Amino acid sequence: MKKIVTNAEEAVKDIQDGAVIMFGGFGLCGIPENCIAALVKRKIKNLTCISNNAGVDDFGIGRMLHQRQVKKMISSYVGENAEFERQMLTGELEVELVPQGTLATRCMAAGYGMPAIFTPAGVGTEVAAGKEVRNFNGKDYLLEYAFNADFAIVKAWKGDTDGNLVYHETARNFNPLMAMAGKTTIAEVEELVPAGELDPNIIHTPGIYVHRIFQGVNYEKRIENRTVRKKT
Amino acid sequence: MALTKEQIAHRIARELKDGYYVNLGIGIPTLVANYIPKGIDVILQSENGLLGMGPFPLEGEEDPDLINAGKQTITTVPGSAFFDSAMSFGMIRAGKVDLTVLGAMEVSENGDIANWKIPGKMVKGMGGAMDLVASAKNIIVAMMHTNPKGESKLLPKCTLPLTGVRCVKKIVSDIAVLDVTPNGLKLLERAPGITVEEIKSKTLGKLIVEGDIPEIVF
Repeated sequence: MKKIVTNAEEAVKDIQDGAVIMFGGFGLCGIPENCIAALVKRKIKNLTCISNNAGVDDFGIGRMLHQRQVKKMISSYVGENAEFERQMLTGELEVELVPQGTLATRCMAAGYGMPAIFTPAGVGTEVAAGKEVRNFNGKDYLLEYAFNADFAIVKAWKGDTDGNLVYHETARNFNPLMAMAGKTTIAEVEELVPAGELDPNIIHTPGIYVHRIFQGVNYEKRIENRTVRKKT
Repeated sequence: MALTKEQIAHRIARELKDGYYVNLGIGIPTLVANYIPKGIDVILQSENGLLGMGPFPLEGEEDPDLINAGKQTITTVPGSAFFDSAMSFGMIRAGKVDLTVLGAMEVSENGDIANWKIPGKMVKGMGGAMDLVASAKNIIVAMMHTNPKGESKLLPKCTLPLTGVRCVKKIVSDIAVLDVTPNGLKLLERAPGITVEEIKSKTLGKLIVEGDIPEIVF
């Protein structure tokens, strides 16, 4: 079993134009920085990206948007990005907005082998347009389908050579869900250790879901909204 | 005098009960955390995957892996727990979160809420708002009673695209506290010095006024 790849370039080398790719992260927290940089370098195009957010102008998925690599973005919130706004308003970029819990659970469903979910989020709103509504115990729910992604690219805190992953604090967010949902899942980790070194009791993503893993380098971990309090 | 944003948050904090799990939205709702009554334990949920959110960090102690749903750096309190986004919205959907406080652009007399999209303007997305309003047992809206033009934001029917239907339970605006009832918006309290007549004139949705309406006392 060889899941180890040398670096991000090797991990993403077979991703083709037109691929559907999931990216873990919430805002800039827990995003796969190394793989995004490698995709920016490869300049592949017409990508469909499934990610809660779209990065900022010069970081995260925003860097791919700048090069017009993204054809369609599926997200819950995309507010922090001027180039994104420009491409969306000119129609260059297709955007599908999905409620955040629906986005997470559609990933989860894919990883659990379930074709669809029922959720009340969006009932009675434009999100419900064209969707099947089913009533359970007096409450309406929308039918939402599991996501089908060619690749899922996630970032973990620690990983081992068998692909087991552990996340850190709120950098977990969408990462474990997307890890389960990719046909091919690529994990970049801050620290890669030999199999057996991570306590099996604390694994968040079992290695069965992970196909390629490498230790990332030079993490910037940019903070989007630095907020502090004064010493009292 | 109309309430300040801090006073709106202060008044909402009185709705908290010991042991509540609470999700606070961005803006005025975030300020509610500053007014949790003494002797009451409340656990704050942040929908990006945390129960037990603490105050903002001291300068120099920011942790890029530890943020809230507004992407602000935060801290944890003892007893906190991290989880993924599906579990986060799972606990919201399953009704485990006792109270959700969020802002609104419009609320209708039957409790519909619009707070995510203005036609013709850049749409940023609904984030977790649609999930929250579709499932929360108790939703309190913190909002200005009127828009900058002085027009009522409490309407017979929302004009903006909806976030959720028949879900708001209570509204704390800068001039009034109202319950959403099957018959309309029931006036409970008024801001200090604000008359019932003024509230009536600024409320387009059906307003129910019964008996004396007390002033909010701070």
